[in-house]
Amino acid sequence: MDFDILLQILVSGLLMGLIFALIAVGLTLIWGVMDILNFAHGEFLMLAMYISFWMFALLNIDPLWSLPISVIALFATGVITYRLIIKKVLNAPGLTALLATFGLSILIKNLAQFFWTPDFRHIQGAILGEKTLSFLNLNLSLAEVIAAAGSGLITFAIYYLIFKTKTGRAIRAAALDRDTALLMGIDIDRIYALTFGLGGACVGVAGGLLMNFYYVFPSVGSLFGILAFVTVALGGFGNITGAFLAGILIGVVETAGGVFISPVFKYTVVFVMYLVIISIRPKGLFGW
Amino acid sequence: METNAFSFLKKPSALIPLLVLLFLPWTTDNIHFHHVLIMFMLFATLSQAWNIIGGFAGQVSFGHATFFGIGAYAALVLLKKYGLTPWAGMLIGGGIAVGVAVLIGYPVFRLKGHYFAISTFAVAEIVERLFLNWDYVEGAIGLPAPVLQENLINFMWYKTKIPYFYIAFTFFLGVLLLAYKIDRSRLGFYFRAIKQSHEAAEGLGIDTTRYKMVAMMISAFLTAICGAFYAQYILYIDPPSVLSLDISIKIVLVTVLGGAGTIIGPILGAAILIPLSEYSRIFLGGTGKGVDLIVFGALILIISVYQPQGVVGFFRKTGK
Amino acid sequence: MELLNVKNLTMKFSNLAAVDDVSLSVGQGEIIGLIGPNGAGKTTFFNCLTGYLTPRNGSIRFNGHEITGLRPNKICKLGLARTFQIVQVFREMTTWENVIVGAFCRTADAAQAYEQTLEILQFTGLYEKKDSLVSNLTIADHKRLEISKALATQPRLLMLDEAMAGLNATETNEAIELIKKIRSRGITLIVVEHVMEVIMSISERVVVFDSGKKIGEDPPDQIIKNPRVIEAYLGESYRREAQNA
Repeated sequence: MDFDILLQILVSGLLMGLIFALIAVGLTLIWGVMDILNFAHGEFLMLAMYISFWMFALLNIDPLWSLPISVIALFATGVITYRLIIKKVLNAPGLTALLATFGLSILIKNLAQFFWTPDFRHIQGAILGEKTLSFLNLNLSLAEVIAAAGSGLITFAIYYLIFKTKTGRAIRAAALDRDTALLMGIDIDRIYALTFGLGGACVGVAGGLLMNFYYVFPSVGSLFGILAFVTVALGGFGNITGAFLAGILIGVVETAGGVFISPVFKYTVVFVMYLVIISIRPKGLFGW
Repeated sequence: METNAFSFLKKPSALIPLLVLLFLPWTTDNIHFHHVLIMFMLFATLSQAWNIIGGFAGQVSFGHATFFGIGAYAALVLLKKYGLTPWAGMLIGGGIAVGVAVLIGYPVFRLKGHYFAISTFAVAEIVERLFLNWDYVEGAIGLPAPVLQENLINFMWYKTKIPYFYIAFTFFLGVLLLAYKIDRSRLGFYFRAIKQSHEAAEGLGIDTTRYKMVAMMISAFLTAICGAFYAQYILYIDPPSVLSLDISIKIVLVTVLGGAGTIIGPILGAAILIPLSEYSRIFLGGTGKGVDLIVFGALILIISVYQPQGVVGFFRKTGK
Repeated sequence: MELLNVKNLTMKFSNLAAVDDVSLSVGQGEIIGLIGPNGAGKTTFFNCLTGYLTPRNGSIRFNGHEITGLRPNKICKLGLARTFQIVQVFREMTTWENVIVGAFCRTADAAQAYEQTLEILQFTGLYEKKDSLVSNLTIADHKRLEISKALATQPRLLMLDEAMAGLNATETNEAIELIKKIRSRGITLIVVEHVMEVIMSISERVVVFDSGKKIGEDPPDQIIKNPRVIEAYLGESYRREAQNA
């Protein structure tokens, strides 16, 4: 087995994995704090990617510069979604919240298809463009490396925010025990809105970065969405570190599966792995 | 003994819509209309089948297309390669679907709701991908039905859709009666108990894993039968048409919109959404540009927020 | 005749022993009161007995069967039933529908189960409200419904977890009457309660928990003189006072 190929797989897997991880972190944050599985998370990612695309196609703004716009837009989307929808289904019995975000995802996806057609869109001529990076005998896409680095950075930023700041402590308090947090004077409503916004911001970053090298089309959210669910479940619902590690694992497994089995089955391998792990460890790899 | 289930069905007036339905195909020659009626019956049946695991037992599955597709492929492959009548083929397909249900249900039912839901996604994706690359079933190329004589044994008609309608109607009626029977039996009560409080159910002697499994098996079997019907009706199947996420989603949407956990819910949901879906396809071409799904999505959203019980909720008085 | 035998039961969460080496024997037909400060381990004890938790150590024998670590539904079928501290009624069903779920434990026949349900509802006084939606019932009714559900499974031993919390004086008296009626049907009872008059008036023996350990087991009139019990509830100074008296 050629060491170079192995390394290529690991590194490629790591790169995509870091992006998966960021997406999953956003999702698991929302789950951990509010007990809501945001089914529309993948569609939020898709929106971020389209924003990035249209900024470039219509206004000639490079995806790197439009990144802040994606982030702010998706943060706002998260907050608005919370205020208009999530807030109303927070206390409803189990199925309802699931189905509300589910309905939202269907709506967004099909609106995107209606307005922007099912065509695949790609950005040509961006700053990062087709440039490659040579590193340790490996040929890597610069855009992917930047995207991965950016994702990793933001993930750590989120981690820092949650565990090392006062706001983060409020969020954690709300996650652990809503009623006590309320009694302690924490504005739960604001915390929830913030959390949902942060979840959106995560995919805002991920989507904006992805657009440097990936394609966008209305259903792109479905795939990333399902992968995010699987990642979150593997990492343990609500566990940020778990989601991060699971994301990287999935990135590597997906790449390895594509090389060793077939590109056609790369996600299949991930799903099979998920089912196997979940059968042995029902709470995920790191869940409690 | 009265149950809380929509007691509309017990009154003789319930027969009227059924009789109307029975004669509806003869009111016009329009094949589009016949098609819509058939799809309405099909989805009313599919949703009722999903309702058993998703609505009654409360285990939301987003992967029911798996069973649909297994039924479709099993029946059509057996017909094409072995000349087996689809009536037997659909039973075999149903059996395979049950087997798959047990396989995936067994490890996964111990888990709480969201893990299960995500697992259904995973399984559905795996199965669709497998079929896309499986030469025995012609993979992505798809499987056209063989050209056979028009008759009941072959389950095939070309000149008119009407026989298909009556078969679909029969399935619909059969599943409806089954759902009704289950609802008033121990099985039905156990399903609802599991949905409403897992802990309390266990404490009252209900083996929750076993009963979830039973619900899943029944649901899988019935869904597969519908799939086999669909194959014989459409006369051509490929993985995107019978195994895709879109089908799974549509089934869930129809049931939830109408009112999951009730018997009339799936029927109402199908009555509203299927004509919308089919006619938008007819008038807007192709996949109807997804207009039907835009409406579905919006409706589900609105319903979840304002009327979680679905359309049924508008007819029902609750103590809330 | 011994119905329940608990030996050296220990349940730990991480390293905290919620139930610490508890042994208890309950005879057929007894009413045992189980008391102790909040957090003493009573509900954990219940959960271990009824299969919701698997104990770290120890054994539980019920009616000749070893039931340690069995799933709750099996234990219920063997005749050990419980109510929940936070009432777990089925919210979207009516009163009788809630109870029939329990009745189905012993028969698969819907008509038969329904008859048994009506009988139970008469017994617990909920017959008039049998068709009401659960959301329309009072707290006292909720508690009675919890008990009715459990009774429908025809238990030999019924464990009540704070079935009287939140009841006023009249409702409490009615609850006491109900418990006595249950016993007269031949059902053995373990009752967890904080309301002292209740425990004292119905129990033949009172078992006291504190910090996971069993610190006393005596008939009611003697348990109040037990120094360790006084200390657990009222603190060391009262114990000293009592002992010096």
